Amino acid sequence: MSAPAAIEPKGGPGPAATAGAEPLLQVRDLVKHFPVRGSLLRKDEVHAVCGVSFDLDRGQTLGLVGESGCGKSTTGRLVLRLLEATSGSVRFDGADVLGASKRELRSMRRRMQMVFQDPFGSLNPRMTVRKIVAEPLRIHGRFRNGGQARVNELIERVGLSVEQASRYPHEFSGGQRQRIGIARALALDPDLLVLDEPVSALDVSIQAGVVNLLEDLQAQLGLTYVFIAHDLSVVRHISDQVAVMYLGRIVERGTRDDVYKRAAHPYTQALLSAVPVPDPDRERARRRLVLKGDVPSPIDPPSGCRFRTRCPKAQEVCATEDPALVNRGQGHPVACHFAEVLDVVNPVPHDRLETRPTP
Amino acid sequence: MEAPGQALLSVRDLHASFHTDAGVVKAVDGVSFDLRRGEVLAVVGESGSGKSVTAMSLLGLLPSPPARVSGQVLWKGRDLVGLAEPEMRKVRGAEIAMVFQDPMSSLNPLHTVGRQIAEVVRLHTTSSKRQAWERAIEMMDLVGIPQARRRAKSYPHEFSGGMRQRVMIAIALACDPDLLIADEPTTALDVTIQAQVLELLQETKERTSSAILLITHDLGIVAGMADEVLVMYAGKVVERGPARDVFYRSRHPYTLGLLAALPRVDDEAADNRLRPIEGTPPSLIHVPSGCSFHPRCSFRRLETCSVDEPPLAAHGGEAHRAACHFAEDVVSVAPADLQRSVPSAAAAAPGP
Repeated sequence: MSAPAAIEPKGGPGPAATAGAEPLLQVRDLVKHFPVRGSLLRKDEVHAVCGVSFDLDRGQTLGLVGESGCGKSTTGRLVLRLLEATSGSVRFDGADVLGASKRELRSMRRRMQMVFQDPFGSLNPRMTVRKIVAEPLRIHGRFRNGGQARVNELIERVGLSVEQASRYPHEFSGGQRQRIGIARALALDPDLLVLDEPVSALDVSIQAGVVNLLEDLQAQLGLTYVFIAHDLSVVRHISDQVAVMYLGRIVERGTRDDVYKRAAHPYTQALLSAVPVPDPDRERARRRLVLKGDVPSPIDPPSGCRFRTRCPKAQEVCATEDPALVNRGQGHPVACHFAEVLDVVNPVPHDRLETRPTP
Repeated sequence: MEAPGQALLSVRDLHASFHTDAGVVKAVDGVSFDLRRGEVLAVVGESGSGKSVTAMSLLGLLPSPPARVSGQVLWKGRDLVGLAEPEMRKVRGAEIAMVFQDPMSSLNPLHTVGRQIAEVVRLHTTSSKRQAWERAIEMMDLVGIPQARRRAKSYPHEFSGGMRQRVMIAIALACDPDLLIADEPTTALDVTIQAQVLELLQETKERTSSAILLITHDLGIVAGMADEVLVMYAGKVVERGPARDVFYRSRHPYTLGLLAALPRVDDEAADNRLRPIEGTPPSLIHVPSGCSFHPRCSFRRLETCSVDEPPLAAHGGEAHRAACHFAEDVVSVAPADLQRSVPSAAAAAPGP
């Protein structure tokens, strides 16, 4: 284990801490359209990601949230170029990722790694843990010089013991398998990890340990995370910056407190108000903003604002004019013509609830 | 009708075990509870705790062999355990209905959803085909499926996940059941759709004065809906009581541990360390001696906990019960206290 490292305070004005320095990751106008197979009209396309932009500073965590089909996982894959973008740009530590040659990309990939939701599906069942963790080192020709020691160090760093290293993935629990996946991602000493629903498949008692591990690794190694998840509670816990996606677009973006305490987009507000809180009095005192209907098809998204078909605030302008993601006086960018700050998570002050008499 | 004041459902010492080559798996091991009209009872626990098997054994849905079910399931005073299948069928669907996590696998892909709802109505009532079809449309309308008359002629794959779950609820409610068993009804759904479905369940219960047995791993949903809570661990009930007691005055270390492990969307500080529960749940073939939670418990005293199995004893009133020798130590601790004791980066200990 490395020397103790203090955990940076979160929720503050992230970028200010490293003012002047260039962001580690700069994403601009990222677009991805998938062709629809078997479609009669050949022009049919799924508009999966439409004009996504964000910056991420070194050592910070960006939480990318939204419901199924919002494009958050696709965005993660586009950033690492595991999928080719239709247009847009991604700069990693100043270098152009989308325009890089195969060779350049290979050396970039050492520094940006991915961790998947299903640790079982992404670990080769016929390889021992030692081999799985050593594989990236071998592929990049770094195993000969002290590879074995490096593998042992990684295994211990993620909270497993070296004695377990000769076992196979099926001999481990879900939480342990996710730790193996993380050890493998760390093998090449990356700067950036894109974590796609890394704790969603785990029971809560186990999930907590993996979340703590990710926080510790970030503090010890100075890692930068793109944390993709649908669980808004986990994202609040782990993120410095948060971007909320709906139908391929970022609808609201800001620091953790901007988004959780001062949500201004009606979708963010509905999303946050829908997350149940494990506290009977507070949960029953909350007002739920229940949305009507379902998410429209990304093949034929609504004109103007994509959220307007479910939005309680929608007016004529919303159908004609796509609202830009800009600060409209809320202190952070919101893509809504009628953005208005509302604390939907804690509408009732804590102290008032705690003094309620017991029935 | 049950007698006034009597429980709709009384479960007594329910056991469900499976005989496998590796040994006997005790999936449900002595579960007891009562459920009254108008009540929501939540059964919570993690994977493998036995919560779903409990629900299935109530309705005689476990294949036997390999399953063996014993104990009493008193439904309006009549024992359902060992009831012959034709008799059971009259109860299932008509009086007790069930909603599962995955609506796609419970719907027939070859039939229209209207037909599937109407079939259930025809099976349990004397309605004509025409009446049953009208009832199906009425139910679809009730559960909030827009343009019900037109959508009744659609097939399951033409519906979104949330709409399919509404269809399942329409099927479940078509015969006005007295009890709805909902097993992780919203786990596969997005959170805004989950809110719609939970609201629908709540409304229906109030309108029909039925009861709900809600099986879930999500303590937030429990906090919002449950009157009574049953916490299961390794096939046993470890804590039981009114929701406020279980959440605010947890007396079992496992319940307290779950609350301390959970990140909260309303956590203003959000920098508390989460507190994992050490170790992993036991194999149900080799359950630990004494208290089955003791190897993972931070309150344990080995000389007692590894030897004596604690009974589900009453604390602070008959309604609140916990199976822990040191329940009085547990009740004085809050989840946040546990979180404060978690080491950070420097001393991170290996976990599961």
